[in-house]
Amino acid sequence: MLSALNTSPTARLPALDVARLRQDFPILQRAVHGQPLVYLDNAATSQKPWSVIEAERHYYAHYNANIHRGVHQMSQEATEAYEAARDRVRDFIHASSREEIIFTRGTTESINLVASSYGQRMQAGDEILITEMEHHSNIVPWQLLCLRSGALLRVAPIDDAGQLNVARFAELLGPRTRLVALSHMSNALGSINPVKQLVELAHQVGAVVLLDGAQAVAHLPVNVMDIDCDFYAFSGHKLYGPTGIGVLYARRAILDSMPPYQGGGDMIREVRFAGSSWNDLPYKFEAGTPNIAGGIGLGAALDYIGGVGLAAIAAHESELLRYATALAADFSGLTPIGTAADKGAILSFTLAGIHPHDIGTILDSCGVAVRTGHHCAMPVMEHFGVPATVRASFALYNTRHEIDTLFQGLTKAREMFG
Amino acid sequence: MSTDLRDLYQETIVDHARRPRNFGPLPEASHQAEGFNPLCGDRLTLRLKVVGGLIEDARFEGVGCAISTASASLMTEALKGLNEQQAEALFLGFHSMLTGGIPVSGSVLGKLDVLTGVREFPSRIKCATLAWHALHAALHAEKQPVSTE
Repeated sequence: MLSALNTSPTARLPALDVARLRQDFPILQRAVHGQPLVYLDNAATSQKPWSVIEAERHYYAHYNANIHRGVHQMSQEATEAYEAARDRVRDFIHASSREEIIFTRGTTESINLVASSYGQRMQAGDEILITEMEHHSNIVPWQLLCLRSGALLRVAPIDDAGQLNVARFAELLGPRTRLVALSHMSNALGSINPVKQLVELAHQVGAVVLLDGAQAVAHLPVNVMDIDCDFYAFSGHKLYGPTGIGVLYARRAILDSMPPYQGGGDMIREVRFAGSSWNDLPYKFEAGTPNIAGGIGLGAALDYIGGVGLAAIAAHESELLRYATALAADFSGLTPIGTAADKGAILSFTLAGIHPHDIGTILDSCGVAVRTGHHCAMPVMEHFGVPATVRASFALYNTRHEIDTLFQGLTKAREMFG
Repeated sequence: MSTDLRDLYQETIVDHARRPRNFGPLPEASHQAEGFNPLCGDRLTLRLKVVGGLIEDARFEGVGCAISTASASLMTEALKGLNEQQAEALFLGFHSMLTGGIPVSGSVLGKLDVLTGVREFPSRIKCATLAWHALHAALHAEKQPVSTE
C-alpha cells in the first residue's frame, strides 16, 4: 500500500491523473462568486476526499460508541477502527511502535503537550532553541514555559531567502540547551529545514528535538526513525483528514519519563483518593473521550494518500511550484517572500502598491482562495519588513490551469490599483 | 469584474488608498489613539487637534489595505470642523451603516457613503472600521495628555 514511499527519489514516477483525483474531492465541484473554485489555501487546511467524509459518516451512522470501555459490539468496533487509525499513523511516519503515537486535537495541542509535560523538567537558566521561521504555535507554548520555569528562549535566525542559518543555529546550541523546537517545513515561506542534520547537532549537546510537521507531512515522506527526532507533531486537517485530530509522536523512553498532560478518564489505571496510577502508553496522554470520528477519518486520509503515493504527490506539487515560481518571476511588481533552495509547495509574495488583503478580496471574486495576512508567523513578516503576504499553497488536486487563474486574478488586481 | 467588487473598490476609494489625505504626523495633537487589526496586521495612529471642543485638525499614519487607508483618509476629511458630539454621532452612523444597525441617510455620512459596498464583504468590515475605533478611543481618552516624545 505504501509502495510509493519506498520508491527511490531518482525513479521515474508516473504523473498523477489529477482530473480523476479531483473527482474524489466533492468540494472542488462548487463555485465561488459564480466562478469555479480554485482552492490554493492548502497550507491553511486541505480539502477532504469522499473516503474521509464517508469514514466519519459511516462511524456516526453505524457504530458510534465510546471506545476502550464498553463490552458491547459497537464499542468494540469503534475501538478497533480508532486503534487501526493509530497503526496507520505509525506506518505513515515509520515510528517503531504504536505506543509512541498519541492522538491530540492537532499540532498546536501536540506542542503544548510537550511544553506542559516534558517542560516540567525545565529549570531557570535552561535554554530552549527555536527558529525565526516558526509558526506562533511553535513559539508561544515555549514562551509560556519560559515564564513558568525561568528557562530562556533563544532564536536561530533565517537569511533573506527564508532559509535557516545553520551556522548560527549550531552556535546557539550549548550545554544549557535542553530542547530544540523547529518546523520541518515553514508555513509562511515553504522552506524545508535539513532536519536530520539539525537533530544531530542538537543531540550532540544533549538536547531533545521537537519537529513541527504540520506542513511537511502532506508533502514529504517522513521517517521519524531516520530523522531521529524525539518529538514530531502534526495535524490531520492539512493532510486531507478532518479537523480536530492530530498526532504527537515521541520516543517511548521519553514518554515513559514524562508526567501525564491532562487528567481524566482513559489515562488512568487506578484512581484512589490517596493517589492514582497512570495507564500504559499511549493512553497515559489521552484523557477523556477523544475525537473518535476524527481519528477514523485521519486513518482514511492516510489510506487515501497511500493509495495515490506521497512521492508522486510531492513530484506533482514540485512541478506546480516550479510553474508558479516561473510565472511569478515574470510578473512585474511581484516580490516572492521565501526563496529557499529546498522548498515545499508554497508561493508567498507581495505585489508593489497593493495590500495583500485587497489582493485576497480580488482573487476571491475570481473564485481563487488564497491566504493573506501574517500566516501566524509575525516574526517572519518582521524579518521581511512586510505586514502581510499573499500565500498560494498547492495540493495534489491543483493544476497549472488553476495557477493561470491565480495570475489572471493578480493581473486584475494590478489593473485596479496600478 | 463582479458588481460587488466594483462597489467595494469605487474610484474614490482607490484614489484615497493611493493618495491618502491628511497622512502624516500632527505635532500639535491633543488626542491620539492607535488602531491595530491583528488579523491582517493593519496598524494606524490617529491624531486629533481639538480646541474648545472643536476638531481643528485630524491626521493619521500607518500601514493598511486600501479599505482601511481610504476609510481613515475619508474620515479625517469628514472630522475637521466637527465638535466632539458630532464626531461621536458620525462614528455611530458609520458603524451602523456597516454592521446593519440603524439605517443612516446618505446625507449624514456624505462622501463616506462610498464605503457602503464594504457591507457585502464581511471579512473586510474590520478594515473599514479600524480608523473609526481609533477615533472613538481618541475621543474617550481625551483627558489623557498626548506624550510629546
